Amino acid sequence: MAVAHVPHEKPVDPPVGDQEEYGMITPGHTYGSVTQKIADSVMRRPISWSWLGMVAFFGMLLGVMLGTVVWIVLMGVGVWGINIPVAWGFDIINFVWWIGIGHAGTLISAILLLLHQGWRTSINRFAEAMTLFAVACAGLYVSIHIGRHQYLYWLFPIPNTMGLWPQFRSPLAWDVFAVSTYATVSALFWYVGLIPDLATLRDRATNPTLRKIYAIACLGWRGSQRHWHRYTALYLLLAGVSTPLVLSVHSTISYDFAVSLVPGWHSTIFPPYFVAGAVFAGFAMVLILAIPLRAFYHMKDLITMKHLENMAKVMLATGNVVFYGYIMELFFGFFSGNEYERYMTVNRMLGPYAYSYWALIFCNGIATQILWFKKYRTHIPTLFIVSVIVSIGMWFERFVIIVTSLHRDYLPSSWGMYHPTFWDWSLYVGTMGLFTTLFLLFIRVLPSISIAEMKELIHHEEQHGSH
Amino acid sequence: MLKKEESPIYGVTAEYDSPEALMAAAERARQAGYVKMDAYTPFPVEGMSHALGIRDKWILILMLIGGFIGCLNGWLLQYWGSVASYPLNIGGRPLISWPQMVVIMFEATVLTSALTGVFSMIILNGLPQPYHPMFNVPGFERASQDRFFLCIEGDDKKFDLQDTMNFLSGTGALRVAEVAK
Repeated sequence: MAVAHVPHEKPVDPPVGDQEEYGMITPGHTYGSVTQKIADSVMRRPISWSWLGMVAFFGMLLGVMLGTVVWIVLMGVGVWGINIPVAWGFDIINFVWWIGIGHAGTLISAILLLLHQGWRTSINRFAEAMTLFAVACAGLYVSIHIGRHQYLYWLFPIPNTMGLWPQFRSPLAWDVFAVSTYATVSALFWYVGLIPDLATLRDRATNPTLRKIYAIACLGWRGSQRHWHRYTALYLLLAGVSTPLVLSVHSTISYDFAVSLVPGWHSTIFPPYFVAGAVFAGFAMVLILAIPLRAFYHMKDLITMKHLENMAKVMLATGNVVFYGYIMELFFGFFSGNEYERYMTVNRMLGPYAYSYWALIFCNGIATQILWFKKYRTHIPTLFIVSVIVSIGMWFERFVIIVTSLHRDYLPSSWGMYHPTFWDWSLYVGTMGLFTTLFLLFIRVLPSISIAEMKELIHHEEQHGSH
Repeated sequence: MLKKEESPIYGVTAEYDSPEALMAAAERARQAGYVKMDAYTPFPVEGMSHALGIRDKWILILMLIGGFIGCLNGWLLQYWGSVASYPLNIGGRPLISWPQMVVIMFEATVLTSALTGVFSMIILNGLPQPYHPMFNVPGFERASQDRFFLCIEGDDKKFDLQDTMNFLSGTGALRVAEVAK
């Protein structure tokens, strides 16, 4: 006995082109058109040769990673270039590099949400995915660098017959808690955000198997207001707990260095400057991913120039915090009056690894200054190149901190050099394969932009007018 | 007391094309005396909870409790490990002191409160729920896309199939339909 006023129809709002616009979203988008656009990029888009080619290439790198992991487990970490005095090499450099990249995702999803930054909406989903994949790469490094891999579980406080516990005084034990909490909470945050979108995909799926998969994944979400009420409360509170969490994670990682007595590590500036560096590197990676994503998937109307420019501004600001950190380190080195600190500072600038120090200063301190100009902030090739330079620069930062501090510390008779081997490089390149392969799969099976939040944004813009 | 006869259908639903229309209808329904109703929307509509009279603070309370439990557990774990179970004398330093405990207590707080929050949301919402009567409504697949539904449930005291349908038809709905159980 249904009183039908309107016949059933599929949403048929006219598609909005992806021309370059400056606003949070190109005007003309409706609830239907955004849904269709984002959902179709997952469900209706045929698999392209370029995507397959990229999966093949990065999948090959992933294979390199797996091969290297097998080799390291068989032969031990001696296949790397690490030795005394430089016992931390690429493993820790890349662990810190990867986990730092992850920080931008949480910053975008949590901190910018609390600060009511509407522009986070179209970039948070894939930035969160990037966080998870970067943390996966970092996790691989920590689990493999321990040498005796069969004792990996010793990292966790599991009651055992030996009656042993992790050393709770050690920042390395804190690190385990910080990184595992970070990985868990990021995954939860990401999944909670995905639930309504999975329901949308379920409702748009034509293939019954696909429909079932999405229906299971979204837990039977039906958009009930009673559910939304708890959902929005949870989302906000998760953002609230993630905000101090993201600041704590890289601070804790910096304690791994700062709590020790190695010249160049024992410094109070480490926690804030590590956090800023993490956000800096993370935004560079978000830009590296966003620029091709919006071009290939025709998302220029959703990830607009405004988003890119705002990310460039965050990059400039955090980059300058990091640069300030470098200058303060120089100051500390000379002002400390400590011979070892002073020698370490001179050695960084003029010693055998001087090239890495100057590369770092150029990449992180000087190259980003171009972003002061709006002309370059909104020039996509420049932005992309600067982001790549920053990623390289942040890698050098960790190289400088770890290698140049360790290779010449207190006793000249135990000085030495560090030379990464083939297996160091192959694992590093391999983790890039893992990261990119996961990302490529992600953009094919899940909406890379939050559909529900985009509609909220449209609703908000309609009510308050766009600015 | 006479038990109210169980309604043979789940309720009556009306479909709207904008959150504003839905909000206006929900407010009118409340004024008309309907209590047991729910809205189904593709995104959380600000003010909708208020219009439907939903006041639920359990997520906040449970996450707070979860956070406290996590914090306490973080302390207990470290105290047990460093003092009770395996005390290690390192250079005569105290077996336990608060600065060493801060990081793990903090991480345990965040982890437990986040896990509590997510599981509370899922459990309190009765998810996962594969079947729900609303999925019978023709065109309901658009509730996750671009349409907004209001459902007055059959258990409501004021519910009367014909009256409620007439009422909803007068609220600017695109379509009004019965919801089979």
